[in-house]
Amino acid sequence: MTVPPAPRVWVKLRLAADPQAIRDGLCQLMAATPLCDLSDDVRGSIQIVLAEVLNNIVEHAYAGSAGYIDVKIDYEHPTLSFEVTDTGHAMPSDRLPGGELAMIDARTDLPEGGFGWSMIRSLTQGLIYTRRSGRNTLEFWIEAG
Amino acid sequence: MDLTADLRGDILVIHANEDRLDASSAIQFKDRMRELTLTASQRVVLDLSRVVFVDSSGLGAIVAVLKALAPDRKLELAGLTHTVQKVFRLTRMEQVFAIHAELPQNLRHAS
Repeated sequence: MTVPPAPRVWVKLRLAADPQAIRDGLCQLMAATPLCDLSDDVRGSIQIVLAEVLNNIVEHAYAGSAGYIDVKIDYEHPTLSFEVTDTGHAMPSDRLPGGELAMIDARTDLPEGGFGWSMIRSLTQGLIYTRRSGRNTLEFWIEAG
Repeated sequence: MDLTADLRGDILVIHANEDRLDASSAIQFKDRMRELTLTASQRVVLDLSRVVFVDSSGLGAIVAVLKALAPDRKLELAGLTHTVQKVFRLTRMEQVFAIHAELPQNLRHAS
């Protein structure tokens, strides 16, 4: 007996590069196919990763200036492929930041930031950054289990 | 950011009444927490049971409040939902806060 290939489902969304538009866009993506049909755990991971990736672009690539972010999600069971593009500044030295968490010791020295890349790296498989013709592209994959 | 406070004995319970604490609400959250924690109390418990999502900016804001209250007062958390718990686990911030599974019955919101 042959098993039919899983159908490919995809969604595309263009967001304005500001925190409120990111919040609204995330809610819209989470409520639409293919993300709405996944388990709570996978949906949680996706929302964490997308929020960090998109907010990083607003804060660092566009750094307060106006712009757009394009998000494309492609789902072919069990793999979700993500492609996020923007036309803001390049990553420093054209490379992705590392994902090491700051040390947690004395209460007075607790970090208030630097959590984003660490969470992105823990929750994704593969993370590819390219800078071409003034455009940043970040690709990553998450298994839907 | 809609936050309301309830003083119960020596515990100040602050309820977060919105479903997201993220980059678009983190600064407001910090400001409002600063106002509400002017009320003297030994313990401060932040009730996050209605919050379904916290991003790294939201987490940074919660850590900032913890630091602002130290060393005399402690910020404790209660009612972390699934994805919020995951953010605390991934960033190891679950080791830093006293986290209660839920608010004791007598500290819950009146509504």
